[in-house]
Amino acid sequence: MSIDMSVSPAPLLPPQLMQTEALLTMRGLSRSYGAVRALRNVDVTVYPGEVMGVVGESGSGKSTLLRMMNLEDTPDRGDYRLRLPDRDDCNLFDLGRYQRRMLCAHHIGIVYQNPHLGLLMRHSSSGNVAERLLIAGERSFDVLRSKARDALDASEFPLARMDARPAELSGGMQQRVQLAKAIALEPALLLLDEPTTGLDVSVQALVLDTLKRLQRDRHITMVLVSHDLGVIRTMADRVLVMRHGEVVEQGLADQVFQDPQHPYTQQLVHAKL
Amino acid sequence: MSLSSLTKPWAATSYGFLDASAKRELRRKMLKAIAVPGCQMPYASREVPMARGWGTGGLQVTLTLVNPASTVKVIDQGADDGVNAASIRRFISRVSGASETWDTLGASIIQSRHRVPEETLREDQILVLQVPNPEPLRGVEPNMSIARQMHADADYGRLWLTLYEQLVRKGRIMQGAAYPSLVNGRHVMTPSPIPRWDVPKLNMAKHLTFLSAGREKRLHAVPPYTKVEPLVFSDRPYRVEDHQQLVCRRSGIAGYFMNEIPQDDGSSSFEVSDSNLGIKAIRRAEGETVDIGQTWYRGGEFSA
Repeated sequence: MSIDMSVSPAPLLPPQLMQTEALLTMRGLSRSYGAVRALRNVDVTVYPGEVMGVVGESGSGKSTLLRMMNLEDTPDRGDYRLRLPDRDDCNLFDLGRYQRRMLCAHHIGIVYQNPHLGLLMRHSSSGNVAERLLIAGERSFDVLRSKARDALDASEFPLARMDARPAELSGGMQQRVQLAKAIALEPALLLLDEPTTGLDVSVQALVLDTLKRLQRDRHITMVLVSHDLGVIRTMADRVLVMRHGEVVEQGLADQVFQDPQHPYTQQLVHAKL
Repeated sequence: MSLSSLTKPWAATSYGFLDASAKRELRRKMLKAIAVPGCQMPYASREVPMARGWGTGGLQVTLTLVNPASTVKVIDQGADDGVNAASIRRFISRVSGASETWDTLGASIIQSRHRVPEETLREDQILVLQVPNPEPLRGVEPNMSIARQMHADADYGRLWLTLYEQLVRKGRIMQGAAYPSLVNGRHVMTPSPIPRWDVPKLNMAKHLTFLSAGREKRLHAVPPYTKVEPLVFSDRPYRVEDHQQLVCRRSGIAGYFMNEIPQDDGSSSFEVSDSNLGIKAIRRAEGETVDIGQTWYRGGEFSA
């Protein structure tokens, strides 16, 4: 079946976000690795309090996009702005390494698919959470302990094991430690890179429940990358479909799943069904 | 064929053993190190007639600083009479014409392994510490390039984390020596393996301190009147070793850092680690007129 790449319907917003100023805006993002074009002129807008799902096949540019959002990589060209109360509006890719690190420490949390990327396996779980607070400048041991405990509790991590090393924990528990670390400073933006991949279905459900509860209670803005359409359908308010480094379709989650416009999205949804 | 026929006569070596270009390079790096307190400066560590790891870094700095008017004191774990200390002191004197001394007050350059003398140093004195590992981040980041980047970003979160972990696992900070310390509010340095007892002596000290690692080919400095703050949590104060009440079995003085001497019956006795201070105290007790300078610790409490 041939796929028409030209279709790209205008993004739609839930009514409650129509009047809201965007939290995250990325414009004209392009990135090549040698001959491979990982991102091609990608535009993304994320609104406060929403969950934006990013779907696409392997190699479609989802994780590259997430790395850009976490300022781990710089595009060949493009503009990235975050609307934060204590910061001037500027292209975040123009910031120096130190400023990027401090911005990410305070305002952006990330949960990686592979816990080894996000956790220090030789340190305690509470220490992993405390590290983020230490980078942000917290120097009271008692405050570190209490904030680490609160964050782990919010992630539904069993507090009796808060000083266990992540290497001694199950995959689901490791993801909860990552989540606690990511939310410890109440970030404006939480990035989730395939947080449930590799977990069995029951543990997946528990992790997703925790994420949903956090989103409901704390109104954390989330960008969730997954190739599991079930996870995206459960979590996301809006969906962005990527293919070959391009955004081929975006819109409300229900609309995209029930009435996909782009042939690739149709293929993806039907393949799932 | 004798050994003396194979070795170069002393007259053929450069003044202070090192050649002029080596000393020029070291001087430049030492000036840079003073300009950016606590920041490690790489240098081309030269061969000296000593094995690496036995104080070659300290020796190169001393040889660069020394002149015939200098008076050199060398201590090894506080003692002037150790074989290594005596050999280094004799070597420095032989290649430079500098005088030798055991007296802290009379020395213009003090090269030390693992101790800062108990008597307060003056502005006209220079302390050269031999450092085995100058990198405080080595334990948390083995990659040197990344560690350099972490210093540039003042990214010391993981260093703090090791202290947090020690408090969680052991209930107290277990770092006995080489306690990581923030210099001038910017760079974290490892103050060589001096005990915790000695770290406060570097804070706002009148003297200049060089810390040099010959094997690792890096040196750093603490200029006079520079803040040196051990990394401590705001609600867990910095603690030095509990030596306040210990009494030296030979000199009878108390309130200084002691060496523990295990006894046959399982008990321990103690001798003051700064051997020159102990000797002075003994001589004074015997009725000699001996000049003992002001000490950093008085009655076991830090009071400088």
